[in-house]
Amino acid sequence: MLTKRVIPCLDVKDGRVVKGVNFVGLRDAGDPIELARAYDEQRADEVVFLDITATSDDRATTVELASHAAAELHLPYCVGGGMRTVADMRTMIAAGADKVAVNSAAVADPALITQAATAFGTQAVVCAIDAKAVAGNPNRWEVYVAGGRKATGIDVLDWAREVARCGAGEILLTSMDRDGSRDGFDCALTRAVARAVDVPVIASGGVGRIEHFAEGILEGEADAVLAASVFHFGEMTVRQVKESMASYGIPVRL
Amino acid sequence: MITIVDYHKGNLMSVERGLAAQGAAVRVTDDAAVIARASAVVLPGVGAFGDAAATMARLGQMEAVREAVGRGAAFLGICLGMHLMFEAGEEGAPDGGPNPQGLGLIPGVVRRLPRQGADGASFKVPHVGWNSVVPPVPPEPDLRDFPLMPSPLLDGIAPGEYFYFTHSYVAPDGPATIGLTTHSVTFPSAVAASGRAFGVQFHPEKSSDAGAQLLRNFVTLAEEA
Repeated sequence: MLTKRVIPCLDVKDGRVVKGVNFVGLRDAGDPIELARAYDEQRADEVVFLDITATSDDRATTVELASHAAAELHLPYCVGGGMRTVADMRTMIAAGADKVAVNSAAVADPALITQAATAFGTQAVVCAIDAKAVAGNPNRWEVYVAGGRKATGIDVLDWAREVARCGAGEILLTSMDRDGSRDGFDCALTRAVARAVDVPVIASGGVGRIEHFAEGILEGEADAVLAASVFHFGEMTVRQVKESMASYGIPVRL
Repeated sequence: MITIVDYHKGNLMSVERGLAAQGAAVRVTDDAAVIARASAVVLPGVGAFGDAAATMARLGQMEAVREAVGRGAAFLGICLGMHLMFEAGEEGAPDGGPNPQGLGLIPGVVRRLPRQGADGASFKVPHVGWNSVVPPVPPEPDLRDFPLMPSPLLDGIAPGEYFYFTHSYVAPDGPATIGLTTHSVTFPSAVAASGRAFGVQFHPEKSSDAGAQLLRNFVTLAEEA
């Protein structure tokens, strides 16, 4: 049976992990590869490197990271952040990334998803969606772009269906309301998107306690759960998360 | 020396590094003459069946791989590389046109993974993530607890071990099946053709320790070839 995935996300700037890492037993906690390797040992199913570098000049560092990761890691990884064109994605895939995540650029031009899926296969194209609840309307969410700074007026469920139709192989869904809150995933949002599309949905944003992971799967109906700081700060290991999920009867690779 | 077939569809670095990490000398080539003479061949999985088959045919790689396998070279097809071992595949067939032809090392047609299981439950496609590989169930009840996977490729790998999958098409079940995996349907996730030719639906180069064990087994087979 296909297991539910647990995915640590590493925010990377200029080739270094940001959002302070406090992780015992690492020589260099800022080295994304070393951190990813530690997660591999904890049985992470995949890792996401999110490039939060602002300028394209610095993107060369991220390409280097992708290439270094291909040599050092024996698990799948996705690189996201700032890619605008198929050429940008091709550079990352050629460097060794298994998947690329696109967000703002796909909102600006949905054909980008189709072009990328044609070029690299749907399995390599992840569409990241940043969602925020519409005030006064409990079952509506709006798509935000530009790192969550800009509202688009686009309905999240419509957009999710659209990107799946265009050829996105997975949706990485972040709740902006929950991100950083430690209140758990927005399960209503996650479930609505998971039911709207037939591609896998990765829940992101809001984990604070270990049982939140199981909630994302059981209540949110997500196919995978993603978190950053709870892992980086060593509050819990990926293995502990998976053991917790297994105790709820969720299939995981232990 | 293990020869990785380059059919111009993408990045082969992970496969190359994965094999090198198990001590193999590795070269990547698109040269049919080199492939035909190779003692061990890996056909990696990138792109779509129709597209890859067309490129391989144009470069003379189809004939070259068949020649190498026919001579007894060790062979491993990964993901799409396993699909290409079969006679034909639906993926990338022109509308209403014939299915693109594969290597024909194993009979049957590679088809789209259904979105519905037999009981009507719906499943996500592509099938992405870690899933378990189990031996084909032996017919005799007293063999059901047989501890080993029945192939040198799967030596030292426990039944039910997890590997990383990402695909939308599946090969047909048959006598070549040495490992099975279940999503919407149960499909062959590891196959053995005649001689020393093997295929796996999952990505051993992305499957952590279990994947490394499988690649090590293949490197051993390659050294014997």
